[in-house]
Amino acid sequence: MGVMKRMSGILQAKTNKLLDKAEDPRESLDLSYQKLLENLQKVRRSVADVTTAKKRIELQATQLQAQADKLQQQAKDALSQDREDLAREALARRAALAPQLADLQTQHQQVADQEQKLIVTAQNLQTQVDAFRTKKETMKATYTAAEAQTKIGEAVSGISESMGDAGMSVQRAQDKIDSMQARAGAMDELLASGALTDLTNPVDDIQAQLDQVSASSTVDNDLAALKAEIGAGAPAQLGPAETTPAKESGEAPA
Amino acid sequence: MIVRILGEGQFDVPDAGRAALDELEHALNTAVDGQDEAAFASALGALIDAVRKAGSALPPDAFTSSDLVVPFSDATLAETKALLEEPGGERV
Repeated sequence: MGVMKRMSGILQAKTNKLLDKAEDPRESLDLSYQKLLENLQKVRRSVADVTTAKKRIELQATQLQAQADKLQQQAKDALSQDREDLAREALARRAALAPQLADLQTQHQQVADQEQKLIVTAQNLQTQVDAFRTKKETMKATYTAAEAQTKIGEAVSGISESMGDAGMSVQRAQDKIDSMQARAGAMDELLASGALTDLTNPVDDIQAQLDQVSASSTVDNDLAALKAEIGAGAPAQLGPAETTPAKESGEAPA
Repeated sequence: MIVRILGEGQFDVPDAGRAALDELEHALNTAVDGQDEAAFASALGALIDAVRKAGSALPPDAFTSSDLVVPFSDATLAETKALLEEPGGERV
């Protein structure tokens, strides 16, 4: 037996329970309608779950991208301060983020696909709910008991089948979200631990070194400026000061 | 003949299209049995394209059951194999 027939059998098995419950075919119409409504709610909840998962991935991707941009800037700063070693380190860390970003993008695409499919499923179910609400009453009023047996049976199994399909779609989306959530959790931990140099940590080690370099070069510059100032004005102003009693306090000359 | 593509909907495929679908399904069966992921993906894609092309889409409120069911268009081999193990999927 081929895959398509076997798939059909699986879908039937999933929905047989619904059909077994009602003894009177007319009753099964109301039961089907009830189940259809529940199914629609379930699919809508699933759409919301998938959207939440998608947002989380987007947030993580934004954070990672910001880190990559920051490292790029740090590499530039390091080079302008003649610290090629630091620039190299920053670029190496930036390169290490690339596969993580690519992975997030793949996940994002998958979740977005699931979301789109579920939205269509919800729309189809809504159409079914609207159509079946009137159709079931017409069927109840029109068919004799004998006709009802077959006609209603056919409609109910059609509805059951599409609910089975929707149920499988929801399960599938849930499985995807579950597996992603584990990875998203790991990524959050990684971001929080500083292993990826967390953004919320204002001073990371590369930045600390850059700041240090920049601070010491500021001191050098200030020193040079002072020396220049002193050098220019010294002969006139500092000359006589050599004879002042301040020297006697034991301070070493600068 | 009514064919459902999981996650997508039902299609009414004229009986004349049956032979072509059978052939495409055969490739899918072979890929599943041979655990060939790449062959599975291309066979599934070809089968779904054929159903969409040969059949006319039924409205969601057709309320009828299907003769054949095709896996989700983005189904993986592993996922499909797992599904086929479920009740109702016996080869018979």
